[in-house]
Amino acid sequence: MSLGLLLAATKVDQGVFLACAVIVLSGAIGVVISSNPVHAALSLVMTLFGIAVLFVAQEAHFLAAVQVIVYAGAIVVLFLFVIMLIGVDRAEDIRSEPLRGQRPLAVLLGLVALAEIVLLSRGGDWVTGAPAVAGQASGEGSNVEKLAESIFTRYMFAFEVTSVLLIIAVVGAVVLVRRPPPPVAEGDSEGEPVSAVVNVPGAPADAGAETAR
Amino acid sequence: MLENAYLIPLLPLVGFLVLVAVGKRAGDPGAGWIGTAAVGGSFLATLVAFFELLGEDGHDRHVVDHLFTWIPAGGLDVEAGLLVDPLSITMALFVTGVGFLIHLYSIGYMKGDERYPRFFVYLNLFVFSMLVLVLGDSLLLTFVGWEGVGACSYLLISFWFERESAASAGKKAFVVNRVGDFGFMIAMFLCFATFGTLEYAGILENAEGAGQSTLSAIALLLFVGACGKSAQLPLFVWLPDAMEGPTPVSALIHAATMVTAGVYLMCRVAPLLALTDDVGTVIAVVGAATAFFAATVAVAQDDIKRVLAYSTISQLGYMFLAVGSGAYVAAIFHMVTHAFFKALLFLGAGSVIHGLHDEQDMKRMGALKKWMPITSATFIVGWLAIAGVPPFAGFWSKDDILLAAWDKSVALWAVGLVTALLTAYYMSRQVFLVFYGDERWRSVPADDKAELTEPEPVGPGTGARVAAAPAGHAAADAGGHRGSGGHGHREPHESPWLMAGPLVVLAGLAVVAGGLNLPFDGFHHLEHFLEPVFEDALHHTDLGGGEKVRLGLFATAAAAAGIALAYSVFGKGRRTDAFEPAVLKRAWGVDALYAALIEAPGRALSAFAAYVVDARIIDGIVNGTGTVVRAGGGILRRVQTGYVRNYALGVAFGTTLLLGWVLVRAGI
Amino acid sequence: MSIGGEWYLYLAAALFTIGAVGLLVRRNVLVMFMCVELMLNAVNLTFVTFARELDDIGGQSLVFFVLVVAAAEVVVGLGIIVSIFRRRAGATADDLHLLKG
Repeated sequence: MSLGLLLAATKVDQGVFLACAVIVLSGAIGVVISSNPVHAALSLVMTLFGIAVLFVAQEAHFLAAVQVIVYAGAIVVLFLFVIMLIGVDRAEDIRSEPLRGQRPLAVLLGLVALAEIVLLSRGGDWVTGAPAVAGQASGEGSNVEKLAESIFTRYMFAFEVTSVLLIIAVVGAVVLVRRPPPPVAEGDSEGEPVSAVVNVPGAPADAGAETAR
Repeated sequence: MLENAYLIPLLPLVGFLVLVAVGKRAGDPGAGWIGTAAVGGSFLATLVAFFELLGEDGHDRHVVDHLFTWIPAGGLDVEAGLLVDPLSITMALFVTGVGFLIHLYSIGYMKGDERYPRFFVYLNLFVFSMLVLVLGDSLLLTFVGWEGVGACSYLLISFWFERESAASAGKKAFVVNRVGDFGFMIAMFLCFATFGTLEYAGILENAEGAGQSTLSAIALLLFVGACGKSAQLPLFVWLPDAMEGPTPVSALIHAATMVTAGVYLMCRVAPLLALTDDVGTVIAVVGAATAFFAATVAVAQDDIKRVLAYSTISQLGYMFLAVGSGAYVAAIFHMVTHAFFKALLFLGAGSVIHGLHDEQDMKRMGALKKWMPITSATFIVGWLAIAGVPPFAGFWSKDDILLAAWDKSVALWAVGLVTALLTAYYMSRQVFLVFYGDERWRSVPADDKAELTEPEPVGPGTGARVAAAPAGHAAADAGGHRGSGGHGHREPHESPWLMAGPLVVLAGLAVVAGGLNLPFDGFHHLEHFLEPVFEDALHHTDLGGGEKVRLGLFATAAAAAGIALAYSVFGKGRRTDAFEPAVLKRAWGVDALYAALIEAPGRALSAFAAYVVDARIIDGIVNGTGTVVRAGGGILRRVQTGYVRNYALGVAFGTTLLLGWVLVRAGI
Repeated sequence: MSIGGEWYLYLAAALFTIGAVGLLVRRNVLVMFMCVELMLNAVNLTFVTFARELDDIGGQSLVFFVLVVAAAEVVVGLGIIVSIFRRRAGATADDLHLLKG
């Protein structure tokens, strides 16, 4: 490739990175700052899209696609469903903080952790020169092929376990959101799972007695 | 039989064990007969051994009967064995003999007591311990017996432990003995360090090799132990209080046997003593001083048993005077005769107390000769013996001692002579007050008996706080009369034959025992018998016949003067009190001195330890630990706020730390 | 200037920190969950960056699995949130403080 094309390519790289970085960070900050949870969800979507673009820039094409489909398309939609379902759309009072010292400490720790990670990232050579463990990322063949080869041969067991995990998650979700059946016998513990834990005003007085379970 | 010498201490031990097992069932008087039989058997065994020993030649009379290896511990190899030689056989003979008589007496005396079997349990154990003491072949075995008799004496003195004075007296005896035992133990350590063994054979044979200071130290420390056990100055204070125990106990333990253990010990290590320069003098001086001191105190006592107690201390002083002068045979001789007449006097006193229904104050007795003929006759024999009137036994033995003292130092002889005068005086005073004069017991109100358990409060804390006992409750020697007013009639009565019999036997012995060692040539039986034991250590007084007669006359004159003086004051019921200053009654304030010097600081220290160290510091630490833990927990529980976000903050904090650590390790 | 891998890592770090702080500061349960998603995405970015730097497809495979597990986690987590907070709207994380010591 000619130097000019190279230079141009590099410039495009930079520009893309810069733009995506801004998008990602502003989306993240938006999640943290929005008092309305729906606004927070939308900021999250913005972040996810930025990340997907960064994936493409890193030549992880398959992952970029999956990111958009699964994360932005399914997970955030799920969030929005829940927001609407249980009506947690009341704006939270961001200005006050009932727990003493939580905010200052959180910000302090965050900054310290950031500094540490940055420092860690800076130093040293990670490029060891050793050949790839699971196969080359660069080179011939499409990204999907290489990824598939890695997953279905080397990480086959993890794949299978993950699929089991998904099934379990589905079953769990179904069980969790079941409405309690009408009371059949006294002392039937199945009917009231974790709902008694919440300090709910106006809840029956004996709800507190069942927390010991 | 000499190989079976172990039977001598074994029989009382068996008696003890049997009584422990079935004593309660045997009851009154079965337990008494069992105990008496055991001691009687032991006496027979001793007699057999004695005759066998006589069969041997002079220097072969030394048998060590090996029993078993007691402590095989590296450098210290202690074999338990019995040493049968003339000295130990002599001791064993009169221990078992007098012990047998006293057991017999006790069967009648303790009748009706609620703890009758236990008395004989203790008595048998005592005889066993005493026999181990005299027959042991090493310092360690002697010490075992030493401690055993100390323990039994404690048990027997506080036999009627419901009375606080008795319980305190027992404690006092034990504690004061302990002080002496401390000296004994250090002497044993020194012996082991110097000679490598504790057996008499090893020690006495190698005695010459040891240095002068070591020998002196050992001898002095052993003497400290002897002072404790034999009630010399300054460790005599337990003996008068020990009269709280039943009279047979006083007779056996505090007159005949246990208190002589100290004299025996010093005689046993005589070769060692002979090698030292001045220890003998120290012993003689202490003995003479004790004899004089105790005699002065006895002059002013009202309790019949206390007079005899101080008399015992005084006579023991004589024995140590002899030991210190090198006249060991004289000491043993006096020990034997003293055993006879002092046991006789004590048992007679017990008979008087029994006959007068627990009366012990001599001021309330009188004219008992008419009512208790046997008791008074035997008592008078004992009186003459102890006063030193020839030809009774006491004269000969005391004379032997005075001769030895004259040889050692005229000053000591003079002290001994004055003491003899005082002895005669106070014993005569006792006889005249008790057996002659007016019948003062008639004028005593019926229920006024229980007052005189302690004639004078002899120092604080020694049990003078006897509550005014309820009428009829135990006076000092309740015998079989506790809880009752007596036999229903007030006149004194003679004791039954079971009690009077031993009195007669002892009186006979007190008369003839002088024949053991008469100062005339050809009659030195005891000296010849004991010579192989002492050999060079024995100091022979080379006084001419004329000198001996002169000194003997002096002794007799002193005795006569004492009796005459007492007669002039107390005879024919003239007076009942004279020459009884308070200082003498209180034994020169020695008890009060000890109380101030030792007891008061001790009490303060105990109070400090109990209320400050234990209650505040130690409890404070223990409780404080709990309080601190609780407080710490209280502080720490504030971390558990219940808020998930706080916990998440904790996780973040930890993560930050972890990252920091990784950074440090990565060397960035 | 060519973008080396470090810039992506710094970005991921910043994203992670923002997500962490948001988790600690917000009270609304759903928003807290979204912050968790932010953190996961930061991690994904890091992995992909390393996959490119080290020329190893394993990094991308890992991201794949993280994605799947994140999805499963969201399902279950939202199920729990629904069952806890179904009674009352406006319940926050601070209302679960019965384990106070």
